[in-house]
Amino acid sequence: MVNIIVNGTRHQIDVEGDTPLLWVLREEIGLTGTKFGCGIAQCGACTVHVNGQAMRSCSVPASTVEGAQVTTIEGLSADSSHPVQQAWLTEQVPQCGYCQSGQIMATVAYLKTNPNPTDADIDANLTNICRCGTYERLRRAVHRAAALMRA
Amino acid sequence: MSEGTTMTDTNLSRRQFVVTTLTAAGGFALGIGIVAPSEAASLSVRPWNDDTTRYPGEINAWVVIQPDDTVIIRYGRAEMGQGSFTALPQILAEELECDWAFVKPEYASANRNFRENKVYGSLSTGGSRAVRETGELVQQAGASARERLIAAAAKRWNVPASECVAAMSKITHKPTGRNFRFGELAVEAAAIKLDKEPALKRPDQYKFIGRRLARLDVPLKINGSAKYGIDLEVPGMVRAAIVKCPVFGGTVKSVDERAVASRRGVQQVVKLKDAVAVVADRTYRAQSALKALPIEWEVGAAGTANSVQFRKAYLDALNEKGADARHDGDVDAAMAKAAKVFEATYDVPIITHAPMEPLNAIAHVQADRVDVWVGTQNADQALAFAAQASGMKPENVYIHNTFSGGGFGRRLGPDEVAQAVAISKAVGKPVKLVWTREEEMRQGRYRTQAAIRFKAGFAADGTPIALDMRNSAGSANPGAVKDGIDAQTLQGLINTAYKLPNYRVVSILKNTHVPLGPWRAPGHSQNVFFMESFIDEMAHATAKDPVQLRRELLAHRPDFQQVIDLLVEKGDWGKPMPRGKGRGVAVTESYDSIVGMIAEVAVTNGQVKVERVVIACDCGTVVNPRGVETQLEGGMIYGLSAALFGEITVKDGRVEQGNFDTYPVVRFKDAPKTEVYISPTPGKRWGGIGEPGATMIQPAVTNAIFAATGRRLRSLPIRGQDLNGAV
Repeated sequence: MVNIIVNGTRHQIDVEGDTPLLWVLREEIGLTGTKFGCGIAQCGACTVHVNGQAMRSCSVPASTVEGAQVTTIEGLSADSSHPVQQAWLTEQVPQCGYCQSGQIMATVAYLKTNPNPTDADIDANLTNICRCGTYERLRRAVHRAAALMRA
Repeated sequence: MSEGTTMTDTNLSRRQFVVTTLTAAGGFALGIGIVAPSEAASLSVRPWNDDTTRYPGEINAWVVIQPDDTVIIRYGRAEMGQGSFTALPQILAEELECDWAFVKPEYASANRNFRENKVYGSLSTGGSRAVRETGELVQQAGASARERLIAAAAKRWNVPASECVAAMSKITHKPTGRNFRFGELAVEAAAIKLDKEPALKRPDQYKFIGRRLARLDVPLKINGSAKYGIDLEVPGMVRAAIVKCPVFGGTVKSVDERAVASRRGVQQVVKLKDAVAVVADRTYRAQSALKALPIEWEVGAAGTANSVQFRKAYLDALNEKGADARHDGDVDAAMAKAAKVFEATYDVPIITHAPMEPLNAIAHVQADRVDVWVGTQNADQALAFAAQASGMKPENVYIHNTFSGGGFGRRLGPDEVAQAVAISKAVGKPVKLVWTREEEMRQGRYRTQAAIRFKAGFAADGTPIALDMRNSAGSANPGAVKDGIDAQTLQGLINTAYKLPNYRVVSILKNTHVPLGPWRAPGHSQNVFFMESFIDEMAHATAKDPVQLRRELLAHRPDFQQVIDLLVEKGDWGKPMPRGKGRGVAVTESYDSIVGMIAEVAVTNGQVKVERVVIACDCGTVVNPRGVETQLEGGMIYGLSAALFGEITVKDGRVEQGNFDTYPVVRFKDAPKTEVYISPTPGKRWGGIGEPGATMIQPAVTNAIFAATGRRLRSLPIRGQDLNGAV
């Protein structure tokens, strides 16, 4: 039995302790915006915030998040109004879109640690994979989001 | 790119109005709650239809207009990131003269396509053909619907149709100013038959095609709401994990299902001929049980095959006779009198697609029908696979196509559909099958391994007079091989734009037990690397500038010269670079588009960093400039992953790589700054744009490495090759 708070709602979930948080979110709670990409914390499609930190939920066992506050893409804003989402919209970043929930969640957490990153900072700190190759627009969107959040 | 590059006609006042509104409103830039009307079309998070409803306002298979003016536009391809879910409706709306705010695209039904004799043409989305091949089909559907709406209005007013015009979802009677909304006329329009199909607009009359519209799917892809196949649930559904015999062609010998029978949530072990699936109440439980399940495979002779043998086999095969796939002039005679000849041999390994979303499908086999929910590149093929796996007639199979998390060719061969159907049939329930990443990498339909030997002959003054090449590679379409030739395997060689008086391509086809499939820009993906590298070598061998040699071999193609002009200017060709850095160029024509790239690389301590890529393109008619830019950017990154890292190796008959730790791909740190410039040629050409970008980057980078270091790379990937001390 695991107790977690997801996007502000408390859940008591009956799963084995080794069940990855990813599958708790997707199949126990029904939040499918967080994606399964690799299962070994390589690609970042499953990135969520656990107590404010970006984590790759495919490799976070449910037993380790007892009592934690989890935020998923669905909980970032009710109306896509978060500055990072707005920057993604303006720059028209997504192609297939499958990695973008994770890209957005990773960016939101990163901008808290570095509100004004350079391209080199972005390249060194954002490591999620996008197979459609949206990196050029992702970089632009990260800068735009940072500017929106500083304003 | 500015908007102006694709707008050629400025005389139409309404067009100016529309453009001005768009520019002033700035589309989504205004933010939440304020969306310019022209950007307000919408896409459902579940963009498939129920296949059976026939709306009274269905004017033709492509267009339905509802009483409230909503325009449902059927989309006969697959959205896997390339943007044609926006581009094709944009083309249809140009002719229909509807208000984009009322447009709501949805997938065309594969079932209907089967029942109604391919009313949507091919639903397959490969070969960069969505716009290239469906463009005119949907233009005609839009024009036809418009003329029938006009006819319906004219009939009601009892006036000549020539006095009526369509604009912004209304038909207006010009002399009196009376009008009807499309929604008021649709049912009557649907009953009207035209004497002949209307003529399409001339390209200079376009006011909607060419606009930088926002993609309709982006709002759904920034908040987690877009539904991919992997996200769907159907009532009573169970979940399955699968492993197929890791040696291709092998079968299941035995499986000890007792080992997992008592695990929580595990319902059944399903043994297929060549695969084993565990069915459980949760995906993770199914995956964990599958890992714990003892399975023995019957692997046969293939169980000893490995990549080292394969590489030798492809290189050795270059000495076989082969078949002439193209022969211009007389290559042997020309070589005999050439003042200078030189040769080089190249080869590339197997690579795989690795789309972000692992393959998955939900299948529900019932007594009288089969339903499949899947993100597929080829709904027609998914329907055929489901029919075969279930034993049901194709007309009773319904494919509900979803958004796809990437395809790149892998989703053209829907193996997951056949498996999900077989499992659903075995358990008698709807089943959602999700592959692991490891399964995706080890059960691919791979890009072939290939080798090529070039021989070039030059006249005494250095002019190339003959180019001969012997290519050994596998065929992804053994059924299409004719006289030892598979045209797809030889793309980029047999259809080169270069003109030499003596030119020969010899095909030596060789397949191993590794299953092959189309990888983004199929044959071009290796052959453009080969060709554009060797052209570079030919230039250096005759002390000629690589751009200059290409210009000479393309002297008959002013359209190519124009792209090269733009590329050279924007890409700073010829400008000095510091030690350890270099520029490389590559140009090609594929899928009716001409694309050139210049890559700038830095080689430091043997490490390659691609710093900047400049792309120039002429794809004929530009439907949406941003769509062209993003496809070229993304295609370039996709090809760069192959160039830098892409290598699947086989040992003991099975693929060694299993995930992104052993099959690395480009991340932020590897992604160059990128600029795209479009130089369109107005006219009837609709060039494809999904694939060309993936090809040229590979030789552009290796040519740049040569410029920086003097080291010529004739194999890929770049990773693992010794560049230390090369500078």
